[in-house]
Amino acid sequence: MELNTIIKPKNKLFEIDFKEIWQYRDLLSMFIKRDIITQYKQTILGPTWFFIQPALTTIIYMIAFGGIAGISTDGLPQPLFYLAGIVCWNYFSDCLNKTSSTFTTNQGIFGKVYFPRLIVPLSVIISNLMRLGIQLLLFVAVYIYFILSGVHIAPTTNLWMIPVLILMLAGLALGFGIIISSLTTKYRDLTILFSFIMQLWMYATPIIYPLSLMSPKRQWYMVLNPVTSIIEAFKYATMGVGTFSVGQLAYSFGFMVVILIIGVVVFNNVQRSFMDTV
Amino acid sequence: MSTAIKFENISKEYRLGLVSTQTLSHDLNRWWKMNIQGKEDPYLKIGEVNDRATKGKSDYVWALKDINFEVQQGDVLGIIGKNGAGKSTLLKILSKVTAPTTGTIKARGRIASLLEVGTGFHPEMTGRENIFMNGAIMGMSKAEIKSKLDEIVDFSGVERYLDTPVKRYSSGMTVRLGFAIAAHLEPEILVVDEVLAVGDAEFQKKAIGKMQDVSRGEGRTVLFVSHNMDSVQKLCTKGLILKNGEIEYNGTIDKAIQLYQNIYFVNQQTVWSAQFEDLISQFQVTKFMLEKDGDILLGNVKDNDEIYVVIEFISKVIENNITIGISLFDEKGQYVYRSLHTDKNPLIYKQQQKGKNRLRARIETDFLKSGIYRVVLDVSYHNLSWIVNPFEEYTRVLTFTKEPNLELSAMQSSTAVINPSINWEFA
Repeated sequence: MELNTIIKPKNKLFEIDFKEIWQYRDLLSMFIKRDIITQYKQTILGPTWFFIQPALTTIIYMIAFGGIAGISTDGLPQPLFYLAGIVCWNYFSDCLNKTSSTFTTNQGIFGKVYFPRLIVPLSVIISNLMRLGIQLLLFVAVYIYFILSGVHIAPTTNLWMIPVLILMLAGLALGFGIIISSLTTKYRDLTILFSFIMQLWMYATPIIYPLSLMSPKRQWYMVLNPVTSIIEAFKYATMGVGTFSVGQLAYSFGFMVVILIIGVVVFNNVQRSFMDTV
Repeated sequence: MSTAIKFENISKEYRLGLVSTQTLSHDLNRWWKMNIQGKEDPYLKIGEVNDRATKGKSDYVWALKDINFEVQQGDVLGIIGKNGAGKSTLLKILSKVTAPTTGTIKARGRIASLLEVGTGFHPEMTGRENIFMNGAIMGMSKAEIKSKLDEIVDFSGVERYLDTPVKRYSSGMTVRLGFAIAAHLEPEILVVDEVLAVGDAEFQKKAIGKMQDVSRGEGRTVLFVSHNMDSVQKLCTKGLILKNGEIEYNGTIDKAIQLYQNIYFVNQQTVWSAQFEDLISQFQVTKFMLEKDGDILLGNVKDNDEIYVVIEFISKVIENNITIGISLFDEKGQYVYRSLHTDKNPLIYKQQQKGKNRLRARIETDFLKSGIYRVVLDVSYHNLSWIVNPFEEYTRVLTFTKEPNLELSAMQSSTAVINPSINWEFA
């Protein structure tokens, strides 16, 4: 046998060991299992929280934005409109929040044992899918309720795109998340800035209002936000209302690919030495 | 025999002080010099030798500098050195937790570390779930763990609690379980850092036995870091001494331990006194010394010598919960005994005064074997926290040499722990 394990000062910029990640796939599944098992241990309501959170948020939006502010919902029943946005946004922001603290929350274990660090944010993205699935069930339940009560809504043939849309949300969250987690190992004040940006970002995404409410010029700016077209496409695919543009989606997809590449490269370089700076 | 690990010019630089101040400016400066002007990294040049005792001029130190050595397959290498010599840094680089600043390590096969057992245990998960979790972190596949589950459970001795969350475990049980997983990992190279200090005696024996099996029976390579010369000597075949981040010696374990003890005990010190700048706290030891016949101890200690230890201290307030005393260690680092001023008379603190105090005690040396001994200051808030922890104390340390007792010479070379001179009589 040769001397096959090599430890060097610094990797080349694009030297990412995907084979190694594959070798550690059992660890990935263990992390996912851990996230799911431990999230609601010793809580009274357990996974019921998955339903309660979006339901309560929807009710608050109905009062604040739909009721008091009177913002249009594209002709859709308010609960359905808000729920669609909330479910998608929750998945995106949960993934982003959790992956962005990868290094700081795992410094104990990272300081003692080596495994491909990318496993941790990957497991977050995947374990949150379960939560998304449960919340989508809630969405479907509310959807069926409105159909039964005679509201005219129907899914379009673009329904098949939903897995792709979720994949894009996951990719964007992962990309941004690992970039932020890499930067916050050294400059902690970015964490504060980041939680503020997340709030603003939600308002820059058509969740409490439809994109069609904006003037064409404003819409153009809104679409620069890669999450915008994904959420609009989700609403269009499920309820036939909203803006659906292949060009805009292609832009978001391209954006995701670029941010993922940057993210993985930055993350990969930081993981080699972050124990010295954290 | 073939080479299992090869260290080539391994160096590691650390920045001292608060890393977060000015790093952005340092980073920008570094980036400017290296990428725009094409010069060398400006902060790499000014690294100093890592000697904790002297205050350096630079913010950067070398924790390791130009480490070159090879480990043969099947060797059990003991890495010894004082705190801060670079032992743990070396292991951290080898286990890929942190990257070296320069140099390369080439190794054969899987490297697993026991830097701290039980890493990644989740308190909410059961013992069984944690076995899979921990095994996966260490790089084992699910199938591999499954096939060894019974062995692991058996070795750890926590079968009854297997489906109980780990947060209900005692710390000893957690360590047992952690070590059991790691011991069944079967890596080609195993890295161990003083984990054996935890756990009960029976389990330590088991653990040491397992480590010996791993190296002797199965031809795997083990790197072992410890302060306990006794277990190093028992376990290791080769020895490496690190001093201030550089290799002092690399060779057989017996020679290494002998040399290390010479380095360690180089200053035969029987008196220590505080420097002015140290006088800052509420409780301050000003003098710590060994006395014989009312004067500082000079020369070796013989049987029947009356040796006293003297501790002078200043206390600004009278606290009744401070215990002051000494811990005695032999040349192998084994703990011989501990003696505190409250041992025989718990009310002695009432005699303590504000300001200067002087404590004196006869220390028993008659029963000691010949050799070099360390008397280390030992001060704590009774049962709560350390003021001076004898296990981490390197300055307030006195040493003396016990001479062999000629009448008992037969005993001196035996493996007995102590060597008392006892009166026998026909009764």
